[in-house]
Amino acid sequence: MRIMNISRCGWLALLLLLAGGAWAQANLEVNTPAIAALQSSMQKRHVELAPSYANGAIGLTRDGFVALRDANAVPLAQRQQINGLIAAENQDRSALYREIARANGKPEWENDIRTTFAQRWIDKAQGGWHYQNNAGAWTRK
Amino acid sequence: MRSLTVCTALGCALLLHGCVAINIYFPAAAAEKAADKIIDEVWQLKKPGEPATPSSDTPQSK
Repeated sequence: MRIMNISRCGWLALLLLLAGGAWAQANLEVNTPAIAALQSSMQKRHVELAPSYANGAIGLTRDGFVALRDANAVPLAQRQQINGLIAAENQDRSALYREIARANGKPEWENDIRTTFAQRWIDKAQGGWHYQNNAGAWTRK
Repeated sequence: MRSLTVCTALGCALLLHGCVAINIYFPAAAAEKAADKIIDEVWQLKKPGEPATPSSDTPQSK
């Protein structure tokens, strides 16, 4: 009888696990203070980055980051500043992917999350912005 | 009694399998939804008060 109870407990636990899996499928947790902080930092930086997306100086890479695409589009005096912005943006993006994976208790998802973001950044980019296609070549949207 | 033990063992095996299956599964659709939400905020793609549906009248390059 006792073994029977243990077995039932096992099934119940399995059911709960499956239900938990189904819930996780519906939504990813993104409402944490760390993610909100990264989001707002990137939002502020975007004001400075936007002109460089538009004139092709910066492009969206296929692996979910940004990169200097055409240094000639940036006046010499501003090159250092733009490099700093790119480095900071990539640092935030990297932390964002890691934080989302962590917030969901699945650090091993970091790469999948980065790949998903890479596609969505490109899909949502404005016309005229540059991105790397699957072969790694710069393409104008 | 013996069959009960077998049953329990089977249950444990299934339980373990469940754990592994859930751990390796990546919820792609949920991740896309989360990405869209964050990108919309970072790039300010949706002004407050606008309908949540993706607007098809955003200026495109054509």
